Amino acid sequence: MARILTSSDCSLCVEFGNAISEEINKQVRSFTVAVEAAQIEGITELVPTYRSVTVHYRPEIIGYARLYEKLNNILNDLTAAEIPPAGEIRVPVLYGGSHGPDLENVAKLHDMTPEEVIKIHTAPVYLNYMLGFLPGFCYLGGLDERIHTPRLTTPRVSIPAGSVGIAGSQTGIYPLTSPGGWQLIGQTPLRLYDPKREKAILVDAGMTMKFYPIDEEEYERIRRENYPEEYTQEGGQKA
Amino acid sequence: MISFRKKGLLTTVQDFGRIGYQRYGMPVCGAMDHFAMALANLLVGNPRGEAVVEATVLGPTIVFDEPEIFAVTGGDFGPTLNGEPIENSRAYRAEAGDTLALPMAKSGARAYIAFAGGLDLEEVMGSRSTFLKGGIGGLDGKPIQDGSVIGLRAPIDDIWDLEERFVPQELLPKYGDEVEVRFTYGPQDDLFSPAGKRTFTTSEYALSDKSDRMGFRMDGPAVERAAGSDGNIISDGICFGAIQVTNSQPIVMMADRQTTGGYPKLGCVIAADLPLLAQLKAGDKVRFRPVSAATAQAVYRRQQKILDKLEKRLALPEPEPEPLCGRFLIRVNGVEYDIYLEEQYDA
Repeated sequence: MARILTSSDCSLCVEFGNAISEEINKQVRSFTVAVEAAQIEGITELVPTYRSVTVHYRPEIIGYARLYEKLNNILNDLTAAEIPPAGEIRVPVLYGGSHGPDLENVAKLHDMTPEEVIKIHTAPVYLNYMLGFLPGFCYLGGLDERIHTPRLTTPRVSIPAGSVGIAGSQTGIYPLTSPGGWQLIGQTPLRLYDPKREKAILVDAGMTMKFYPIDEEEYERIRRENYPEEYTQEGGQKA
Repeated sequence: MISFRKKGLLTTVQDFGRIGYQRYGMPVCGAMDHFAMALANLLVGNPRGEAVVEATVLGPTIVFDEPEIFAVTGGDFGPTLNGEPIENSRAYRAEAGDTLALPMAKSGARAYIAFAGGLDLEEVMGSRSTFLKGGIGGLDGKPIQDGSVIGLRAPIDDIWDLEERFVPQELLPKYGDEVEVRFTYGPQDDLFSPAGKRTFTTSEYALSDKSDRMGFRMDGPAVERAAGSDGNIISDGICFGAIQVTNSQPIVMMADRQTTGGYPKLGCVIAADLPLLAQLKAGDKVRFRPVSAATAQAVYRRQQKILDKLEKRLALPEPEPEPLCGRFLIRVNGVEYDIYLEEQYDA
């Protein structure tokens, strides 16, 4: 059962459980969509995560008690709410070489060929549970256990934007250049995060993601053309 | 246009921050002391959340190349205009060629300079706030440098009632180097032991020098976890003022905080007291006192009322309504009436 917790005097945290699971995350998304649809005056933003939604609001417009009640009512009606599909993004990746300097090592570590790692990595449809850590950084679920790989012992000082990596049971994409300890297996030419673009961040919480391999030529073409919207299939609504 | 002859220690452009993008992992950023920012803006006739210049401990020196109304609020940096001391929390007119200096914080740690009509900078994702780590917003996503130049969007060199544009002392927060701030418990206060909570609410903490716009590290007694907690949670959202406990040490998450995190949060500093915290310098002392969310909101609304009143006082006077008088010809059911209307004064 969901709990409504105080996370500050300007926000409530609606928590749906204490685990990383698709079932819980689905409730997170349903609730997010339902609160958006309710258009409650005073709410400024919603932050869905693995297992909770932080509801930010302006207490000079709506007080704690009244918002609590409204959210509680939404929770009670939640099971009935139909939610539209969240959409999917297809992410082209140039695996290995200078774009994925750790691919060989990851393959060696698991006693397989780089091609096998690529095959395993591109097979699943990953669920983007949430975004956080960096603008546009997706917390993806669904990495095949066979390629779970520990982080580098010495993190890199600078990882280029678009790098696709593995850290433990997680796989993900660095949306902007930053330091980090992930094992880098490839790079996407898609700009998932571009602050100057109207839709600055392409992926929303609840969307699914699929990787597919490309060659150097296609990498350059996609990078040059820069039509990232082509790779997303919108769901009916955000969230 | 204004140019920065001296950049100061850390001078950035800030407003209310990027609202609505936390779900995409984008930090909010914005002014550390929202109240001081709002005051500065209201004094010069701007909306409360217009972009301002935030100075930190050592302030900038700014030269105006055109006349402009401005105001300095927040910490007392001993501001001068052409070398003459000026008051904090009062609007002034600068002439072309005038130099505004904010030498050094005598009280507080952050000062705000608002410019009438705002700064001519592009909005990125709905805000002009500088996001230092992401390199966006403000002036090229970076702190102000020596020689930086910013245009004025709609400079105003004359404003209604300039002499009246000040904030009375009694309405200003008392910044100190020893403060008490209030907080609400949650969302993970159940992951701390009763003894740990007692430690937190009865001890004095000092602001660590490893603090920045992202987080204020608190040096002081460790906060004990509840039995069964390993000090981690499944990542969830982080609010402005959230008291996150990392390796038993509290860190208050500030304006540039990341949007989500995996450490438990004991509580959150109330919005009305965040300005007091934001004005602390390394080594300053702070105590934390728990209050209910209802109390916190009442205090916050009272603080907002100060801004509402100030806004009303500084608003342009309403123009006198046109007196209703004249001669009207009205046709009703084919009959024409000639009516004279005249305003009457009560005796």
